[in-house]
Amino acid sequence: MNNSSKLKRVLEGGGFAVTAECGPPKGANSDVVLKKAETLRNKVDAVNVTDNQTAIVRMSSIAACSLLKTAGLDPVLQMVVRDRNRIALQSDILGASALGIRNVLCLSGDHHIFGNQPQAMGVFDLDSIQFVQVVKTMRDEGKILGGDDLSQPPDLFIGAAANPFADPLDFRVIRLAKKIRAGADFIQTQCIYNLDRFERWMGMAGDRGLTDKVYILGGVTPLKSPGMAKYMKNKVSGMDIPDEIIKRMEGVTKDKQREEGINICVETIRRLREIPGIKGVHIMAIEWEDVVGEIAERAGLLPRPVFD
Amino acid sequence: MITGEQKPIDEIREMITPYKRILVLGCASCVAECAAGGEKETAMLASTLRIAAKMKGEDVLIEEKTLDRQCVRDFVILLDDIIERYDAVLSLGCGAGVQAVAEMFTEAPIIPALNTEFLGETRDQGYWVESCLGCGDCMLYHFGGICPLARCSKQLLNGPCGGSMDGRCEINPDVECAWHLIVDRLTKFGALDRLENIYPPKDWSRKQGGGPRKIVREDQQK
Repeated sequence: MNNSSKLKRVLEGGGFAVTAECGPPKGANSDVVLKKAETLRNKVDAVNVTDNQTAIVRMSSIAACSLLKTAGLDPVLQMVVRDRNRIALQSDILGASALGIRNVLCLSGDHHIFGNQPQAMGVFDLDSIQFVQVVKTMRDEGKILGGDDLSQPPDLFIGAAANPFADPLDFRVIRLAKKIRAGADFIQTQCIYNLDRFERWMGMAGDRGLTDKVYILGGVTPLKSPGMAKYMKNKVSGMDIPDEIIKRMEGVTKDKQREEGINICVETIRRLREIPGIKGVHIMAIEWEDVVGEIAERAGLLPRPVFD
Repeated sequence: MITGEQKPIDEIREMITPYKRILVLGCASCVAECAAGGEKETAMLASTLRIAAKMKGEDVLIEEKTLDRQCVRDFVILLDDIIERYDAVLSLGCGAGVQAVAEMFTEAPIIPALNTEFLGETRDQGYWVESCLGCGDCMLYHFGGICPLARCSKQLLNGPCGGSMDGRCEINPDVECAWHLIVDRLTKFGALDRLENIYPPKDWSRKQGGGPRKIVREDQQK
């Protein structure tokens, strides 16, 4: 079995990549992860495993990634800097590589005040950009922070996130440039509903030559209901959902809402494929993994390439 | 300044319960500026405690005094003549003040009446905000005079994160996004290109590299 990143092979081969997301359970049950693995098998190139998302305690991302790897999928290890200092982060990078995990997504993480451990000490010893740089130095130079040599460097395809919808807009592109300079190989964006703004951001990134330097995967999330759309618009920071999307969700009967959410998602993917510089999509179907295959199918993204 | 807030009265009452002769000790410096432990607040707390004791029929002596600074030995020594009259001191100093008094007078317990909060500024009447962590290696030059370590919820040196909207922090719309302020300020100075640099990981050994920090200045020593 080839042990390299499938995501990397698809992107470097010029393909349009498809990834999905898998939230680990709030418990020690491996069967939940393995069931999601079966749902996503052959529907996507790689599966992101979230790291205690929204600061709620769940099975560790490394453990769930390892389960996915054993099941034959290509996991993307999300790692947030909220909970671990530089010693623990670097140690876990080595451990992840040793377990055969080949993709890492370096994130700040949702603030712990949102989760079920608001009394926790937020670590934030590194920020996400510094973390990207640390992983790159470990991989390419075989050195940890401070310069000590590694006996074997980790083998990881390095990702970072970008939110084209957060403010200030002009600075968002500068920050993307910093992430690329730090060493990001690929970028996953925040969920895209406002395509006009997204195109503007991509244009600015293209003007700076950034879209040639990194693989950008557009993030999409199928909406389940108008309520979910309104909640995300009003309560989730950094989320931009235009009113016409909410109106579309409200314009159908309750039994058709999920289908309308899927329609919007498929249309978004089709439009994203037309934007120069977009190299793939990341489908974040929150606790709705079984819809990923249908979205990929309808967006014309199946079958996924197979490697030896 | 170091800011503080008075602890709840019930918590204070519980801590002083075993003692019969109590000195309520204010501090006229930082905690006076933030209206928590100056002469006025000290008098009010002592009075409140006396009334509470009287209502419960407790036979307790509660007196008050305010030092110019509780954290400086030259001032703390002024307690030398009177401290023996008391079996406990209730200090309205900051954590440093409480400990400075406790270092000098080891016979009586020095009880904190305040929760020490942060290094901050008085932004308006009755409004204080945190602005400095005391990291030991000031970076304000780079960030247009706004400290991301003290004022960004995630202490990002390469912000803003994806949660910044309309200049507000994702944790609470009442909280300004420090990074939005930094970007605005540096844009105004024509120095936004400074932020194209990737700021390396902070050297925290300057803050927590080996126990409590000290400053030793031989030129200031007699």
